[in-house]
Amino acid sequence: MMSIEIDDDEKEDTSRRPAKAVVGSHRDEQEVFGKVYDPRIVRRIWSFVKPYQGRILISVVAVLVFTLTQLAIPLIIRHAIDNGMKAGSADRAVLAWTVGVFALVILINYAASYMQENVVGKVAEMVLSDLRRAMFNHLQRVSLSFMDKTEVGRLMSRLQGDVNSMQEFLETSVMSVGDIALLFGIVSVLLWLDLRLGLLTLSTMPALFVVRLFWLPRAKVAFMAAHETNSIANGALAEGIHGVRTVQSLERQHVNFDLYDEKVLANLNTHLTSARYAQIMVPIVDTLTGIAMATVIVVGGSMVLDRSLDIGVMVAFLFYIQRFFDPIRSLTMQYSVMQRAMASGERVSEVLDVPLDVKDKADAVALSADMEGSVEFRKVTFGYRKNQPVLRNVSFRVNPGEIVALVGPTGSGKSSCMALAHRFYDVWDGQVLVGGLDVRDLTQDSLGEQIAMVLQEPFLFSGSVFENICYNKMDASREDVIRAAQAVGAHDFIAQLPDGYDTQLEQRGGNLSLGQRQLISFARALVANAKILVLDEATASIDSYTEMLIQKALIRLLEGRTGLVIAHRLATVRGADRIIVLQNGEVIESGNHDQLMAAKGLYSRLYTMNYTSFDDILGEVETQTPIATA
Amino acid sequence: MNADASNSALKRRDSFAHVAEASWGKGLSTLLRITRMTLRHPWQVAITFISTFLAATLQLFIPRLLGQAIDQAQGVIGQGADSGAEHALWITALILFVVSMLRGFFTMLQNYFGEAVGHQTGYELRLAFYEKIQRLSFSFHDRVHTGDLITLGLLDLDGVRMFFSTGLVRVVLLGVLVGVGAFLLVRTDILLGLLSLSFVPFVAWRSSVTQLALRSTWLMLQDRLSVLSRVMDENLGGIRVVRAFAAQAHELKKFDRAKEAALELAKRRVDIRVGNTSAMNLSFFAAMALVLWFGGEKVIAGEISVGTLAQFLTFMTILQMPVRQLGLMVNSFARASTCGTRLLALLDLDLDIKDAPGAKDLVIIEGVLRFENVGFRYAGASSTAALSDISFEAKAGETIGIVGPPGSGKSTIAHLVPRFYDVSSGRITIDGQDIARVTLQSLRKAVGVVQQDAFLFTTSIENNIAYGNPWAREQRIERAAESAQLHNYIIGLPAGYTTVVGERGASLSGGQRQRLAIARSLMLRPSVLIFDDSTAAIDAGTEQRIRTAMRRFAKDRVTLIISHRLSSLMHSDQILFVENGRIVERGTHAELLAAGGRYRALYDLQLRPEDERRARNEGA
Repeated sequence: MMSIEIDDDEKEDTSRRPAKAVVGSHRDEQEVFGKVYDPRIVRRIWSFVKPYQGRILISVVAVLVFTLTQLAIPLIIRHAIDNGMKAGSADRAVLAWTVGVFALVILINYAASYMQENVVGKVAEMVLSDLRRAMFNHLQRVSLSFMDKTEVGRLMSRLQGDVNSMQEFLETSVMSVGDIALLFGIVSVLLWLDLRLGLLTLSTMPALFVVRLFWLPRAKVAFMAAHETNSIANGALAEGIHGVRTVQSLERQHVNFDLYDEKVLANLNTHLTSARYAQIMVPIVDTLTGIAMATVIVVGGSMVLDRSLDIGVMVAFLFYIQRFFDPIRSLTMQYSVMQRAMASGERVSEVLDVPLDVKDKADAVALSADMEGSVEFRKVTFGYRKNQPVLRNVSFRVNPGEIVALVGPTGSGKSSCMALAHRFYDVWDGQVLVGGLDVRDLTQDSLGEQIAMVLQEPFLFSGSVFENICYNKMDASREDVIRAAQAVGAHDFIAQLPDGYDTQLEQRGGNLSLGQRQLISFARALVANAKILVLDEATASIDSYTEMLIQKALIRLLEGRTGLVIAHRLATVRGADRIIVLQNGEVIESGNHDQLMAAKGLYSRLYTMNYTSFDDILGEVETQTPIATA
Repeated sequence: MNADASNSALKRRDSFAHVAEASWGKGLSTLLRITRMTLRHPWQVAITFISTFLAATLQLFIPRLLGQAIDQAQGVIGQGADSGAEHALWITALILFVVSMLRGFFTMLQNYFGEAVGHQTGYELRLAFYEKIQRLSFSFHDRVHTGDLITLGLLDLDGVRMFFSTGLVRVVLLGVLVGVGAFLLVRTDILLGLLSLSFVPFVAWRSSVTQLALRSTWLMLQDRLSVLSRVMDENLGGIRVVRAFAAQAHELKKFDRAKEAALELAKRRVDIRVGNTSAMNLSFFAAMALVLWFGGEKVIAGEISVGTLAQFLTFMTILQMPVRQLGLMVNSFARASTCGTRLLALLDLDLDIKDAPGAKDLVIIEGVLRFENVGFRYAGASSTAALSDISFEAKAGETIGIVGPPGSGKSTIAHLVPRFYDVSSGRITIDGQDIARVTLQSLRKAVGVVQQDAFLFTTSIENNIAYGNPWAREQRIERAAESAQLHNYIIGLPAGYTTVVGERGASLSGGQRQRLAIARSLMLRPSVLIFDDSTAAIDAGTEQRIRTAMRRFAKDRVTLIISHRLSSLMHSDQILFVENGRIVERGTHAELLAAGGRYRALYDLQLRPEDERRARNEGA
């Protein structure tokens, strides 16, 4: 049989480093860089920028004006030198006048730079904000099948990280218009000032392009590696913090420390590599600048000596050269920013493009509050994945005021029934009717108002207890809330909280016990005051004192309502008017407790096996003892 | 509501921040300590500073060389002899080329080694931080929010790491550029020198003020954004509740409120930032205009050459960038001093639970666990004791059941045995050795605690089970899983034991997680095994099978079962009923039933209906 600990002779690999142990988990990073240009995504991004196109236009004009003034400054200096400072025969008025122009240009420069950066900065913030809102709003409406498949964490990173990298893109893209203008401007001005000297000086520019072309792919790999090892190390740290109690109780600190050391060391090394890649460009650019300046000095200087070039032009050349490589540098950076933005845009679009497959029909009607309150499934077939139906041809009716318990093993389709009653999903075949009307003909909002739902895991929002109980029912008065809390037996413990009903709950109600959260979620359902209550009983075991409270509350909650309860506890099942037993997506038994006991089917067998709950054990019982129904 | 939410977020942060009350003295000593830390890499620090000095000095040569070249081109210095002038130009050009190249080379060294020192300091700090976090006691982790610790380990640590390259190195760079540069310029021409430096104080002041303003608004913005992301996170996490109550519009309103608050601040930050850069540019260009004007006059008057004027102008362009970055330097100092104070406060914390001096390894001979008048109160908690006067003894092979209402202190008993907390009075012994006097490692290897909320690591099931003993052979892992009644489930999974579970892996039900936690504890072969309410999500039948599987080995071990479910512990050799931190009833199941006290009342509530029903069924 099973023996765990007699085998002391069992040899263990006692080398210092356990072969299999890990800290942190490695998740493959999503593609960080995308195509540089993808028209579909650009169109998508543009649709968010479009409302601000007037401002974008203003800022583009401003950035061009700004660039022009930048270009003008060396020319003005040149003018001052060549025309205002001729030694001896000087015309002081020319100098003063030129300085006046200089002053005017720098004022324009000031205004243009302010306009451009301010407008772009704010537009980027607003687009970012709109984009977040659009995604949030869309996610609120997409069908739950999408939400089921997608991790909340991943969605959050889209809502934040991806949106941020698009903001960065918007901010820099207007600037890169300025960079391109500056680049062309410098080239044209140099050629215009002196064609030969200009060409000679500019000949260093392609060299930088070539160098960067070779450098960029390698550097990108290094930067990515640093980024990735960093998030791995951070993941390991977060795990160490979250799991610290387990780590300590199992004495894993030494092992973990060594493993963490490895990850942090790997991160250190990749950071150093990427720093080497980043810094190697510095002497290259400086050397090229040196070559360009030396060219101007030798060639330009000789020309000045020959009187074939004004000294002011030479000075202007030297000024331009100092700005020369800036636009190239920032444009190649912009290239990466753009790739990143495309990758993010792709993922953002993925979210925004999820079709809304459950939506109100154009002629959907509101379910009125005085409908009779029945729920009916007619030959419903439904599943989450193609060709894998979870419910097959399921039919049953819950009459107004009746309480029906759904029982069955895990995976039998109970929870799906609950979700369908609320039209979280659409059926494949058949019909779900509420108050005698097909749910697909009703507005989702009215359905939500008439069917209250209590989920297995009580989910509370941060905010006060009061806000949580009235939740969507904004017109509920304080008395309504207190009455509901009293009815479900939550009032006493709420009153004992530091600020009573105004006590702020921590995230997910972390400062309350599971039982207390359950009671609050009951009160919330009671305030919603719906005709029909769909309830998934909590599986987690709660201490018997709270359990008793909850059973009592349940009775209050169901009073005068139609109830569809996914039951896990015998006490609840026995209290129901009717019990429907589901197995593998089909209704196999139905009736009240006595009838089902008499039928000697699955229900009676489970019941007599004395399980206190109908939870995951049911599945095991089933697989261990093949059913031999009479 | 928003304001309240962010207030409470701030309050939570304060729970740790109070240790790091910012003061000038403290900030300064923090910066000194960080500086000393970087000195652990003396060679690299030396190379960085020397390179910085050389790069800055070489840079100062460039305006001179350019000015010189301009004068040579005009023949001012070359005086007529054309070939001589051209020769001079060639030499200047060559020197300029070499200077530029060297400047680039030393800038590279400065940046690289500056970063390298920072990253290595960061590496050391990360390890120290991790080690500390792993060793700090449960009381610390109860008190400090995990999110705050993560912020401390990521953002604050970064603030400290960057201090060398963005703070200290810049001081040297700016010092040389402004100091030596000013000296050279003023010596050449006092008026022009002063004019060309006139923008420096203004820009330095503006940029420092702005950076500090941006920093404080950034912290505010982070708070508002965290409210926003909480709204999103809750909405996505609670999507079923939102749908069930048709509350999309309500949620969107909540989102909009949070979004507007963040947007408004973000726009204000744009104003601050942009207002500053434009003003800095303006002051720089204004100074340039003055230099041009007065310099031009001087050129006309023949006092200086055009080359000298150009020298002043190019010097200004060189100075512009570093001076603007002065704000970043000030910011780096501010950040390093607040982040560093917080981080060092944590690293300096004393471990409140550690090996006593001269502690020996725990030696287990018979395996007798004794509680002797144990009392306990949580640190900083209200004056009421969590436990008082707890005494009991358990021999190897015995099972002790502990039951009581929620909050009665039963879990606290479990936490005292492996010294997650230390007793406030009395003592706990194992085979006569006070657990406070043995090494923690030997104690915790001997005591297994199966906790209520089993934390799963994001890795394979196999690694999770072998977490405390990663050297274990596969058969042992499987046997532990068999005993915990999990083996059949695992082999049914497509990837079997290599299935990844945890936060980002396959999800296990509450019962399965608890069974995994049981298997994990069995791997350590503990002499004392404590179930801390850890079978609550496992149904009675499976629990029964687990008990049977473990019974064979229970003879060498003390088992403590803490539960509110009587069926889990009614078979124990001794049952303790705990209420308000005291043992109010003790005895076997039969004795306690007969006594007719609280245990009896709980039995009537929980089990009698079931027992009677079974009796009825059997009778029928």
